[in-house]
Amino acid sequence: MTDSPGIAEMIQVTGLAKTFKTKRGTVEAVRGLDLSVRAGEIVGFLGPNGAGKTTTLRMLTTLLEPSGGTAVVAGADLLREPTEVRKRIGYVAQTGGTDGACTVAEELITQAELYRLGAAEARQRCAALLKQLDLSGLEDRYVKTLSGGQKRRLDIALGLVHAPGLVFLDEPTTGLDPQSRANLWTHVRRLRDELNTTVFLTTHYLDEADALCDRILIIDFGRIVAEGTPEELKHRISGDLVTIELPGDRDGETALSALKNVEGVRDATLSGKTLRVIVDAGGQQLMGIMRALDAAGVPIASIQLARPTLDDVFLTLTGRSLRDDSPGSGAPPQPGGAAGDSAGAANLDASDPAAESAADETAADETAAPSDVTGSSR
Amino acid sequence: MSLASTLRDTRLIFRRQLRLSLRNPAWLIIGVIQPILYLALFGPLVKHFVSAPGASSDQAWRIFVPGLLVQLGLFGSLFVGFAIIAEWRAGVIERMRVTPVSRFALLFGRVLRDMIALLVQSTILVLTGLIMGLRAPVGGVLFALAFIAVLAISMSSLSYAVGLALKSEDSLAPLLNSVAVPVLLLSGILLPITRQSAPSWLYYLSRINPFRYIVDAMREVFLGTYADLTVLWGTLISLGLAVVCIMLGVRRFQIDSA
Repeated sequence: MTDSPGIAEMIQVTGLAKTFKTKRGTVEAVRGLDLSVRAGEIVGFLGPNGAGKTTTLRMLTTLLEPSGGTAVVAGADLLREPTEVRKRIGYVAQTGGTDGACTVAEELITQAELYRLGAAEARQRCAALLKQLDLSGLEDRYVKTLSGGQKRRLDIALGLVHAPGLVFLDEPTTGLDPQSRANLWTHVRRLRDELNTTVFLTTHYLDEADALCDRILIIDFGRIVAEGTPEELKHRISGDLVTIELPGDRDGETALSALKNVEGVRDATLSGKTLRVIVDAGGQQLMGIMRALDAAGVPIASIQLARPTLDDVFLTLTGRSLRDDSPGSGAPPQPGGAAGDSAGAANLDASDPAAESAADETAADETAAPSDVTGSSR
Repeated sequence: MSLASTLRDTRLIFRRQLRLSLRNPAWLIIGVIQPILYLALFGPLVKHFVSAPGASSDQAWRIFVPGLLVQLGLFGSLFVGFAIIAEWRAGVIERMRVTPVSRFALLFGRVLRDMIALLVQSTILVLTGLIMGLRAPVGGVLFALAFIAVLAISMSSLSYAVGLALKSEDSLAPLLNSVAVPVLLLSGILLPITRQSAPSWLYYLSRINPFRYIVDAMREVFLGTYADLTVLWGTLISLGLAVVCIMLGVRRFQIDSA
């Protein structure tokens, strides 16, 4: 019932598909998904709303029957032994799943007993989890009186009552304030570091994936469009980002055309006085850019080289921002194709499972705002 | 899924649901007052209305109280589906469906709570009836309560199934109302539908309503007759209805609730 030490591949999915029949026809929510998650990994499953994240998660947690494909989850076959899968995994849904009129301890103990723990063992697990998730002293509080962060930690505790080897977290920090989010990240990391729990989480916060995950899978239109460590994704797909501030807005167009011919520059855009230039990774292009601008007679107020954020990666891959809630315009799924000038880079990564969690500290010059909060801990 | 773990799971769900209900004062107060109100507001009219020449007012009570019991059972149980929609929305159903808990227990633990609640209400109703003038054999009353228990199981299961299928209070309310009221009238709860009293189309319409047989059987046992065809039919139809409704309910807890 506790974690399954012999399993190296916690999730092994081949060709997983889900088709929904609606009044307007069939919708392919997930189309032939392949993915694998090793024991002890924290894997982030990213995608915009409607990309197939939650559908995939609901299939992997036995809530939804796949239309096609096979999956082995925590060592048990998803289709043939769903009950076995249920015993071995924990799942924390986006909405949580507690009743406000229950007390914290009642919910935890009932949940433990639903996982077939004896009454004494259930009370013991309840006490341990209250401590583990900083909920001590709240056991007799009604759930409806908890703060957002406390309630979210209770939700997570409910998914962990049977000490599963694999836990699924669906958008664990959505709706939480920044402190609670950072706090929750600490708890998720501790799950892996101290208990060797494998964590599979969905999020649409790129900073969260960046800060928390060993590996990221990006899903769009029901397919995996990229996969790798956050560093790899940023490194390989988007190149680096040079931001140039001009003293006035007269020289913008001149600067743009001057930059077009610089070696290693992939793309340049202008908004107001700010030039955003995407260059091949490495940082050698900075001198070339400055020379070109100098030759064109464009003065520079400031220049800055930054590693791209995962937001930039996502934009490059899917042609839309992850924060954009509108699920595309029904455009045919062209993984990466919509990204125009960098389409060629889109499927660079899909075939590189050898990505050790090698987030070596190349992020020294990382100025990307949202991710530096916890960047140091990686 | 062994029988022992199914029973254990059922007990767990039942305990949780009962605890939640008992914490809700509105549920308790309304639950107690409702049967008394039914009887107090309508009962005084009965003896003048139903008593045919030669029949005693005592007999009127024995026709009226079983009907009220079925009405209480129908309306009390059919509307539990609203609660399941709220639970579904809070994510409770999904959270439990990811555990190895028996799907039957997810349904039946809740249904048992509803059944107990209805039996308590029915007992209050019968006791109030005794005070007001009902006279019926103890065995008959117990037999009738057994009918009510089975009816509660059927209607709660059905309501949970429909509630989870619709997932919207706005659709559930008109559906239940538009079904429950005709069914109630056609079962002869308020006024018995007999070959003599009703036009033949109404009479035959009432014969295809399963509740009619249950009401008839309950009136029969209230009169002290336990072993005749009316009681047999009522029993078979009650049990058959329960089996079908439980199957529908369990199926709903098994399949996707996306």
